[in-house]
Amino acid sequence: MPGRSLLEKIWDQHVIARLSEDTDLLHIDRHLLHDLGGSRGLLDLKSRGLKVHNPELTFATPDHALSTAPGRAGTSKIGQELLAALRIETAASGITLFDVDQPGQGIVHVIGPELGLSLPGATIVCGDSHTCTHGGLGALAFGIGSSELTHVLATQALIQRRPKTLRARFEGELPLGVTAKDMILALIGQIGAAGGTGYAVEYAGSAIRALPIEGRLTICNLSIELGAKMGMVAPDEKTFEFLRGRPYAPQGEMWDRAVKAWRELPSDPDAVFDREVVIDVEKIIPQVTWGISPEHVVGVDGIIPDPKSVDDPARRAAIETALEYMGLQGGAPIAGTPIDWVFIGSCTNSRLSDLRAAAEVARGRKVAAGVRAWVVPGSENVKREAVAEGLDKIFIEAGFEWREPGCSMCLAANGEVVAPGQRSVSTSNRNFVGRQGPRARTHLASPASAAASAIAGAIADVRMMGRS
Amino acid sequence: MPKPFDKLTATAAPIMRSNIDTDVIIRIERLVGNGIRGTLGKWAFGSLRYLPDGSENPDFILNREPYRDAEILVTGPNFGCGSSREGAVWSLQERGIRAIIGSGFGDIFFANCFQNGILPVVVGKAVVDQLAADIEATQGAGKVSIDLEAQTIVSPSGARHSFEIDPRRREGLLKGLDEVALTLQRDDEIHAFQASDRTARPWIHSTRISA
Repeated sequence: MPGRSLLEKIWDQHVIARLSEDTDLLHIDRHLLHDLGGSRGLLDLKSRGLKVHNPELTFATPDHALSTAPGRAGTSKIGQELLAALRIETAASGITLFDVDQPGQGIVHVIGPELGLSLPGATIVCGDSHTCTHGGLGALAFGIGSSELTHVLATQALIQRRPKTLRARFEGELPLGVTAKDMILALIGQIGAAGGTGYAVEYAGSAIRALPIEGRLTICNLSIELGAKMGMVAPDEKTFEFLRGRPYAPQGEMWDRAVKAWRELPSDPDAVFDREVVIDVEKIIPQVTWGISPEHVVGVDGIIPDPKSVDDPARRAAIETALEYMGLQGGAPIAGTPIDWVFIGSCTNSRLSDLRAAAEVARGRKVAAGVRAWVVPGSENVKREAVAEGLDKIFIEAGFEWREPGCSMCLAANGEVVAPGQRSVSTSNRNFVGRQGPRARTHLASPASAAASAIAGAIADVRMMGRS
Repeated sequence: MPKPFDKLTATAAPIMRSNIDTDVIIRIERLVGNGIRGTLGKWAFGSLRYLPDGSENPDFILNREPYRDAEILVTGPNFGCGSSREGAVWSLQERGIRAIIGSGFGDIFFANCFQNGILPVVVGKAVVDQLAADIEATQGAGKVSIDLEAQTIVSPSGARHSFEIDPRRREGLLKGLDEVALTLQRDDEIHAFQASDRTARPWIHSTRISA
């Protein structure tokens, strides 16, 4: 019998009942709620006459519909109603809420790891597709819809089909100026936005082992943009060091027991994966998207695809549609494309290390005339740590706007939008049509690349900025 | 509780662009609020369906007869990729869509369909392309039939295609089963699991702040 993978080990440990050959009732260890769907789920439960099965395993924070303007000025009326409802319904159910301006508030996928709520070997769900982020700690984490959210509230369990397994091995030493964001965008470019559909992805290889935890969280965050709702990295010493002493991480003797159990989680050497992909990271250069799917990605020194040189009619039409929306010419270099906006934030790239990387590029420089650049820290704690280091001052002096924590312009649920026809370089996760506002044009890139582009006033190669 | 689904013969609209994401199916601002159910049908495919001035885009297929009454979508690869927003399924449902045929769907969207009594059918790309061509050959007048019990699709040309589906999900759709009620019947098993897991992994269950 072959060895078991990380996914299989975690999965097997959570089976409450086998429902069919490939479908199980799984225990859910952590359920995270946010303002957009949290109160709706709790109200749905109430309307069915049911109670929250395990409020102590459920945690909530507002992030999506909250204004990130200084002082939270400008949260919409409906956003305020959602926040009020979240407060009332979590209190009534005995669910811990990390409220506005309190340590612990933030983007739900930033606070889970930060507080030590997200742990190796745990099953974690949230009504948000980027829940895969938490897999960076060796958790089995995935996004769910509203119906499944109600199911978890009512039962602390979920019916799931066992996914196929894909191992993506990133091998080699990461070149200077190339980040975790570039690694995962390069993989999406290589296997496509549906390349991971139906799979749980395990990221492995020397370049993953070398990545700090925050980089692994970024990698796992974009699993859903590969089509995979679950992505994970085996826990190791870095994981344990990251979690040690965090508020909700186990302590003392329980910590030792937990670490002992977590050491058993990595895939066995003879584990078999349904699909394997190998990426040579030494060939990766900073990535930037040119189109309307994360798979529309090139190296920043690359050329925007020319539909005229594509034979397959469906692919040619897809490129034409994307270029028309993006207002770009096929065959032109992507670098140097003038921009109007820069957004540094989101569950992908709003952690302290992301802000440090962007600040390193911005320090002593100025945002180009005509460009608006926002920095939105991922959580209240990230904000406070960044301020303590003086990162806010570096950004403000360079002409960036320093904001309050939240999802902000990543999905534009709170009126924070890129205007129609304007072009943004964003550290977020989706360059979909209208994602950052109706007819907004989004180019995904790393925090360092985004900062470099803000300074240049155009899509820029951070490696030319002389500091990375 | 989802409505049961067994058979459907209806107008089908091919929307063949690949990677139609859930942001394109329903924009986020339509989903902010707790009273959104019932308001979403007119906003399904908003960015494709309406021009910037708010008028209907005459080129979009669901704005054309007879596709306006379509209850089936025939879709390009990776339809419903992107976010977990169940509002994407609700908006299609409120628009009258009851089944979607494609070569592949976003994983979370796919699961959300079943939760709402919408049948997503996965068939090979050649079958999808043939269906779309057959529908277009009749300018949408030819209907598509889906029989979930028999697991077959009949194209307007009369061509019959079979499809695979997870037997559990098939049964759930045929009977309109409520998963929450079904799982609550296993509440003793859930409690038994938690009791034993509390010993095996106490750090999962003891979530009081340790500071």
